[in-house]
Amino acid sequence: MSQEGANKSRRRFLTGAVSVVGGVGAAYTAVPFLAYWNPSATTRAAGAPVEVDTSTLQPGQKVNITWRGQPVWVIRRSEAAVEALESVSDQLRDPDSAVASQQPAYAQNPHRSIDPEFLVLVPICTHLGCIPSFMPQAGSLDADWQGGFFCPCHGSKFDMAGRVYAGVPAPTNLVVPPYRMADNGLIVVGEDQEAA
Amino acid sequence: MSDATTKAQGGMLGWIDARFPLTKMWNEHVGEYYAPKNFNFWYYFGSLALIVLVNQLLTGIWLTMNYNPSAEGAFASVEYIMRDVEWGWLIRYMHSTGASAFFVVVYLHMFRAMLYGSYQKPRELIWIFGMIIYLLLMAEAFMGYLLPWGQMSYWGAQVIISLFGAIPFVGEDLALWIRGDYNISGVTLNRFFALHVVALPLALVGLVVFHILALHEVGSNNPDGVDIKKVKGKDGKPKDGIPFHPYYTVKDTFGLGVFLIFFAAVVFFAPEMGGLFLEKPNFEPANPLQTPEHIAPVWYFTAFYSVLRAVPDKFGGVLAMGAAIFLLFLLPWIDRGKVRSIRYRGLGHKINLALFAFAFVVLSYLGLRAPSEVYFGLTVTLWAQIFTVVYFGFFAFLFVYTAFGFEKTKPVPERVTE
Repeated sequence: MSQEGANKSRRRFLTGAVSVVGGVGAAYTAVPFLAYWNPSATTRAAGAPVEVDTSTLQPGQKVNITWRGQPVWVIRRSEAAVEALESVSDQLRDPDSAVASQQPAYAQNPHRSIDPEFLVLVPICTHLGCIPSFMPQAGSLDADWQGGFFCPCHGSKFDMAGRVYAGVPAPTNLVVPPYRMADNGLIVVGEDQEAA
Repeated sequence: MSDATTKAQGGMLGWIDARFPLTKMWNEHVGEYYAPKNFNFWYYFGSLALIVLVNQLLTGIWLTMNYNPSAEGAFASVEYIMRDVEWGWLIRYMHSTGASAFFVVVYLHMFRAMLYGSYQKPRELIWIFGMIIYLLLMAEAFMGYLLPWGQMSYWGAQVIISLFGAIPFVGEDLALWIRGDYNISGVTLNRFFALHVVALPLALVGLVVFHILALHEVGSNNPDGVDIKKVKGKDGKPKDGIPFHPYYTVKDTFGLGVFLIFFAAVVFFAPEMGGLFLEKPNFEPANPLQTPEHIAPVWYFTAFYSVLRAVPDKFGGVLAMGAAIFLLFLLPWIDRGKVRSIRYRGLGHKINLALFAFAFVVLSYLGLRAPSEVYFGLTVTLWAQIFTVVYFGFFAFLFVYTAFGFEKTKPVPERVTE
C-alpha cells in the first residue's frame, strides 16, 4: 500500500484501534464457542445422588453403581482388611491422603471413609483411566499382597483404601466421591456428609 | 493471464480460460511443472497419500449416510452397515483399511524426506505443513476410532483423553471440557463425530493444498538433493527436469496400480489384519464399567505410546511423547548440514538415520505388547526405555555433528546422476 501523502500516525492509530476493538470482540465471540463444549445442564443433572442399600452386603462384598456416568464401588471391608491398612502404610505414596482433590475432608483418614467398614470409591485408575481389578484376597497378586486394587493396563497398585503404592505409574490415590451414610444401611453417593 | 494462452485456445476451453485460469493452473501445477527426472521408488508415496485421502473422504461420506452417532445406536449402526446395507461391508473396510494405509504411505513419505533432506532449506515450510497434516491425521484417526463405540474405541479414548489430565493445574478441567461429561459418553461421541467428519477433513484438505502450493513454489527435491533450477536449457526449463504430465502422471498411475493390489488384498482377505487394523475387543460394545485385559492403540500410534510408557512418571511420560512428535517439527533447524541427500552425507549420519528408523519400528512393536513381557531377558518397559533414548539420540547427535562440523560429507554433483 502506498504510504505517500498519507497521515501515517493517523493510519497507525486507526489500524491499532480497529485491531484492539476487533480483537476484544473476537475474544468475546470465542467464549460461547468454547463454553459450548462444557458439560450441559442435562449432563450435570445426571449427577443426581444415587442411593445404595448396604444392609445385605457381607464383609468382602462389593456393589457396583454408576454416578455421573462413572462407576462407583461400595465395598464392605472385613475386619482383617481394615487392620491390614496400617501394615502397608510405609509402602504408599500418599498414606495420609494429603492430596485434597482425591477425597472429601470426612474421608481424609487412614481408612478413607466415614465408617471404617464401608469404602466408597470411583474405580478409575488415576494414571490413564482404566478400571482396576478388585483383588481383596491377601496374597492374590503376590506373596506380600494385603488385598486391594490392581490396574491391568500399566500395573498400578492400590491398597484396600484405594491408596496408591509408591513406584507405580498412577500418581495419586483413587477418588472417593462425596457420599453420606443414611439410616438403615443406606449410602447416598453424590451428597456430602453434613458436619457432625 | 498471458496473451499467448488466450490466443492459443478457442472454443470451450478458451471461453473458460477467459473467465477462470484453468489452463494456467494446469500448466503451473501439472503440464509445465518441471520435476527432477531422477525420482525413484520413494517418490510414489506423496501421490498415493493424496489418493488415500480421496478414498477416505468418499467412503467416509458414504458411511455417514447410515451411521448413528449416539451411545445407544453407534455400535449397532456399524453392524447394520456391515450386514444389511448393500456393499456396506466394502465401504467400511475400504475406510478402515484406508486409515492404516494412510499412515503407511505417510510414514514412508516422511522417511523419504529424511533420506533426501527434503525438509532442508528452502523447503522448511513444506515440512511444517506436512507435519501439521500428520498431526491432524493423528487426531482424525483417533476420533474416528471412537465412532464404532466398541470396547477398544472407548478405552483407547479414555486413555488418550486422560493424558490431558496429566497437565498440571488445568489438566482435569481440560479433560472434562474435551469429554463434555464426567466420563466418556454419548456427548463425547457426538462431538468427535462432528470433528471427524467436518472440521478435521476441511482443515486437512486445506493444508494439503498449502503443502502442494509450497512444494510447487520452490520445486521438488530429488534423490541427489541437487537444485535442478541451477542448470537451465535455452528454453529456460531445467535441463534435469521433466514435465509432471505425462511423465510422472504415468509413473504415479503405475504406482497406484501396484498399491491398489496390496490395498484390495487387505480389504478382501485381511481387513482386520490379525487385530492390527481392527482390534479384537472392538467387536464388543463399549462398556464404561469394564476395561479390556490389555489396551493398546492402533499400530500407527504405538511408537509414541511406547515413549509414553517408558517414562515412569505420568506427566513426564506425556511430555516425552509430546517431545517425540514436536522435535520432528524442528528437524529443518536441528539439521545444520548443507548436504541434503543421504547419498553424499557422512557415514555417521547414515548410521544415525538407520538407527532412528529402527528405533521407530521397534517402539511401534513394543507399544503393542504388555509392559511386563520379556524379550531377550529384558522387559518391554526396559526395551522401550532403551529405544526411546535411541529415538531422542538421533536429534541430539544430528545437531552436534552438523552444527560443529564433525560430519564428513562427499562432494555433491552439479547435475542429477541418473
